[in-house]
Amino acid sequence: MSQMPSTLFDKVWDAHVVRKIEDGPDVFFIDRHFIHEVTSPVAFLGLENRGLKVMYPEHTFATADHNTPTINQHLPVGDPLSANQLMALEQNSAKYGISHWGLGNPKNGIVHVVGPENGITLPGMTIVCGDSHTSTHGAFGAIAFGIGTSEVEMVLSSQCIMQPKPLKMRINVNGSLGKAVTPKDVTLYIISKLTTAGATGYFVEYAGDVFEKMSMEGRMTVCNMSIEMGARGGMIAPDETTFSYINGRELAPKGAAWDKALAYWKTLSTDAGAIFDKEYNFDAADIEPMITYGTNPGMGMGISQSIPKGIDLKGGTATYEKSLAYMGFQEKDQMIGKKVDFVFIGSCTNGRIEDFRAFASIIKGRKKAEHVTAWIVPGSHIVEAQIKEEGILDILTDAGFLLRQPGCSACLAMNDDKVPAGKYAVSTSNRNFEGRQGPGSRTMLASPLVAAAAAVTGYVTDPRELM
Amino acid sequence: MAYDKFTTLTSSAVPLPIENVDTDQIIPARFLKATKREAFGENLFRDWRYNSDDSPKQDFVLNNPIYSGKILVGGNNFGSGSSREHAAWAIYDYGFRCVVSSFFADIFKNNAINMGILPVQVSPEFLIQIFSAIELDPHTKIEVSLPNQAIVIQSTGASESFEINGYKKNNLINGFDDIDYLQAMKSEISAFATARAV
Repeated sequence: MSQMPSTLFDKVWDAHVVRKIEDGPDVFFIDRHFIHEVTSPVAFLGLENRGLKVMYPEHTFATADHNTPTINQHLPVGDPLSANQLMALEQNSAKYGISHWGLGNPKNGIVHVVGPENGITLPGMTIVCGDSHTSTHGAFGAIAFGIGTSEVEMVLSSQCIMQPKPLKMRINVNGSLGKAVTPKDVTLYIISKLTTAGATGYFVEYAGDVFEKMSMEGRMTVCNMSIEMGARGGMIAPDETTFSYINGRELAPKGAAWDKALAYWKTLSTDAGAIFDKEYNFDAADIEPMITYGTNPGMGMGISQSIPKGIDLKGGTATYEKSLAYMGFQEKDQMIGKKVDFVFIGSCTNGRIEDFRAFASIIKGRKKAEHVTAWIVPGSHIVEAQIKEEGILDILTDAGFLLRQPGCSACLAMNDDKVPAGKYAVSTSNRNFEGRQGPGSRTMLASPLVAAAAAVTGYVTDPRELM
Repeated sequence: MAYDKFTTLTSSAVPLPIENVDTDQIIPARFLKATKREAFGENLFRDWRYNSDDSPKQDFVLNNPIYSGKILVGGNNFGSGSSREHAAWAIYDYGFRCVVSSFFADIFKNNAINMGILPVQVSPEFLIQIFSAIELDPHTKIEVSLPNQAIVIQSTGASESFEINGYKKNNLINGFDDIDYLQAMKSEISAFATARAV
């Protein structure tokens, strides 16, 4: 029997539809649910108000990350509101029988770092979390996306949410990446081409030899940023790179279960001839190290370029001018040479071991610029341990940097890691919105290599000059 | 949390003609520390609305007494960024029941409906007409009819229809919510989960 060619996305989506509602959403089954302290308390309150239980507590995993300090985690949390949220997560998890990796737990870290590194995230799964960067898990060939708190309550109480099926987009990047061009540059390049709303309504599959050759850490960086062009999520077909990353991780299937899972995972790719609603093709050779100059992630450019004129871009010039005024930049400015006050490496985008290896490759044998404050924040305790084992901590220390403890940190500045008003940060995180890293903060998004070059020179610097 | 029913809303509107209004602007992360859904309206558009010393910024629309109403009209791509439902809570708690734009970010749109706020997507041309009508007369009334799926600018009589799926429309009109729907099909879900056995 011949079947219509199908996409990776269709295969995974269709396998999770419990019921199709006519002129409405699909009732969509969720395999894995991550929760954290900020977007879950009101969902648990909702359960209590309705007298509901958690249907499958073994499919939900809790970690504290958004609101945690990145120093002195052994001490009580100073901010009473943050402490209250952390306590609520711990108590709710205990009450309903949910695994909880709180502060101090050796498995604690950013939700989108700890899920994959412990083998919870697997190909073909549906994964949600009350956090838009849940798209990260798509790197494994899973359908993963962020949800609101009402939906967190739905998953807790019924293991399902109500979702209309998104349209399908494929983004192909082929060719060889140039010197110092990292997965972060690939994604910032794509978003600069599509704009911050260019993939809204779509679920993206990334394809082409650039992604095939990419490590799992790199694929996670790319899928993580899918939401920044409006896509609900992005995914990459699982392959040998995926399987060898998963194999042996603590909660990954073992023995006969592994063999069975692997056989299924190998079916998860887009068939030849499958149709996408939209398709883009990019040439890897066109991508250089990227940096953002404005107040959304679509406002990015090659580091050697100058800031475009608003009139040449899509969208209203008034909003564009407001954005540049906030940043204190002018049209046609060069980004290279701009003074940098803060450097942040970390987050669910670039807080994995490969990111710290890249950072260390540039700072080795150099010193932190005196006027730069640097926050070096691993994505998890497991990443932190790797940094120490591989000797990266020594390189950081010799160069005058301090390694902090894991958490979301300055990516959204809910804790004390805030960039002061008017100051400039080169950040490896995912959002450069107004005030994202603290009220009045000015963020330039970039890769760990660009962040390292800024950290040692104190100015926006082309990392290729330091390699 | 079942919400208010939504049928027809006739109100003056507050114009915010800025594109890509992200949820970090709607409610900055530092105000997400509550464990209850209370008083988020105080911090709606916090950093656009208040100076760092908490004095109101006079040029921001929410501080201009000429503009008021239950409808917020935003520029293209409203609600991008973070999935924080707190953004919808803040808009609701402030008193808005409807947000109009020419384009919405996906997660925000879902969160709004789940909160009982109607997101109305209009054409870019109609959005300009709304902004112009409000500029001409800040008290001009906008009528949003969910049963008819139509939005009318009363001062000019201009109207346009908008899309919403039948399931969500029915929920909003009757005050039903997804959690009730899902609870009613628990045995079907449980059979599905057993068959998948992951």
